[in-house]
Amino acid sequence: MSAIITDQQARDFAQGLYDARRTGVPIAAFTDTMPDLGMEDGYAIQEHLVRMLVADGEVICGYKLGLTSTAMQTLLGVDQPDFGPVFASTVFRDGAELPVDRFIAPRMEAEIGVILAEDLTGPHCTPADALQATRGLVASLEIVDSRIRDWKIKLADTVADLASNGAIALSSTVVPVDGFDPRLIGMIFTRNGEVIATGAGAAAMGDPLATVAWLANTLAPMGVVLPAGSVIMTGALHAMVPVQPGDVFRADFDRLGPITIRMASE
Amino acid sequence: MTLPTDEIARTLIEAARQRTAVLPLTNEYPDLDAATAYTVQDAVVQARVEAGAVVIGAKLGLTSVAKQQQMNVSEPLYGWLTDDMQLDTGQTLICSDYIQPRCEPEIAFLLKDDLRGPHVLAAHVLAATALVFPAIDILDSRFAGYKFTGSDVIADNSSCAGFVFGGQGIDPRGIDLKLVGCTFEKNGRLLATAAGAAVLGHPAASVAWMVRRMAARGQGLTAGQVVMAGALTEAVAVSPGDTVVARFDRLGTVELPCR
Repeated sequence: MSAIITDQQARDFAQGLYDARRTGVPIAAFTDTMPDLGMEDGYAIQEHLVRMLVADGEVICGYKLGLTSTAMQTLLGVDQPDFGPVFASTVFRDGAELPVDRFIAPRMEAEIGVILAEDLTGPHCTPADALQATRGLVASLEIVDSRIRDWKIKLADTVADLASNGAIALSSTVVPVDGFDPRLIGMIFTRNGEVIATGAGAAAMGDPLATVAWLANTLAPMGVVLPAGSVIMTGALHAMVPVQPGDVFRADFDRLGPITIRMASE
Repeated sequence: MTLPTDEIARTLIEAARQRTAVLPLTNEYPDLDAATAYTVQDAVVQARVEAGAVVIGAKLGLTSVAKQQQMNVSEPLYGWLTDDMQLDTGQTLICSDYIQPRCEPEIAFLLKDDLRGPHVLAAHVLAATALVFPAIDILDSRFAGYKFTGSDVIADNSSCAGFVFGGQGIDPRGIDLKLVGCTFEKNGRLLATAAGAAVLGHPAASVAWMVRRMAARGQGLTAGQVVMAGALTEAVAVSPGDTVVARFDRLGTVELPCR
């Protein structure tokens, strides 16, 4: 499949998302007016948007995978995940307080983060190759956000919108994969002390390292290598959860430890 | 009003014997409350014992808040396991032995000490446990289509029908069971993932709750008995040809082929 929009249209749509990010005012889904837009169109828009943000000084420090669960893929009618860049300005530490007004419609997800020790290059990357290039895993949370009004997204919309990434928070403890299976890492997700969900690493496409290999292989035709030091957010281990000001979210991972963030009160 | 608990129990015993589902008891007896339902359960289990079965442990049901809300109840429930329900590691589930079998992954406890009384906590459960196992619980509601209220399912011995342990048991004292990850798959396809906290926040706390609930009825657990601590994920229906697998971090794997 190839993109159906022109380069100029992609640029215009990217400008719409760029403005929404700056003003905090969401926009209508592109698929409302052009229902046939597909994944390739989404990435064409994303590419323009990333270029604009990098020109503003944003630095790509990694990537996030989205749509890694069967449930989400079924919902959006796809059989593969999507990805977007993570900007260094959106990375928070364990224990951080996040300003709510930075987001439009934030939701929270607990994920396993992968930190690369070596460059990872597709297109023939296997999960074992990904493991080989991995420095370790980190407990992490992702704040997803949609610049598309009310999260009324189809595939092209969320891909264009940087795979709905808002921000991430990472534990400072990077745990080498040694003597345990990332697929079986247990996780307890709590909001304000209440258990909202539990899950295990396999919720991300069956294996968090398989998502990393998929990303390397998907980036390869674009000439993109995953550089050493990158963080890869491998996908939610549970259904995403709405966020209110003042909420405290914690994810406790077996093997990796906890990560906690607080949303600032308005 | 006094309900005919022995007669109600006979309905369930016959349903299990003939492998034919019945309508919810609460259709006919809308006043069936939890206390009366446990009296029916006692009679159902007693009938199995009189037929030669031996009580070898207990199981919990409705251990997740989501399931309790769905069933409109405010607490979990328990039932009794008998030796005619057990499958050994590597054995096959014969679907025709059941009405409508479903499987779910659980963490199981093998006790080395008695556990009884109103003050039992998770700590006591861990101290009284010899080993914990990866396990699959086999449910078989005697009610058509698993349509029941909380009282119905208590009376039906909490849908107890079978269980199997994995071939590896470990001492629980060095690990935190609430964090143990679990994947559940059928025929090689991942159905769900979870961690131990899915059952009342901690599997040992789940068992402790049951022991306290049993104490209120003069019941308890004895050394050598097994406890299924509650489902970590939704149950899945099984048919001949299916294989379900539950993998647990630190505990190991349990697999159940069906024919």
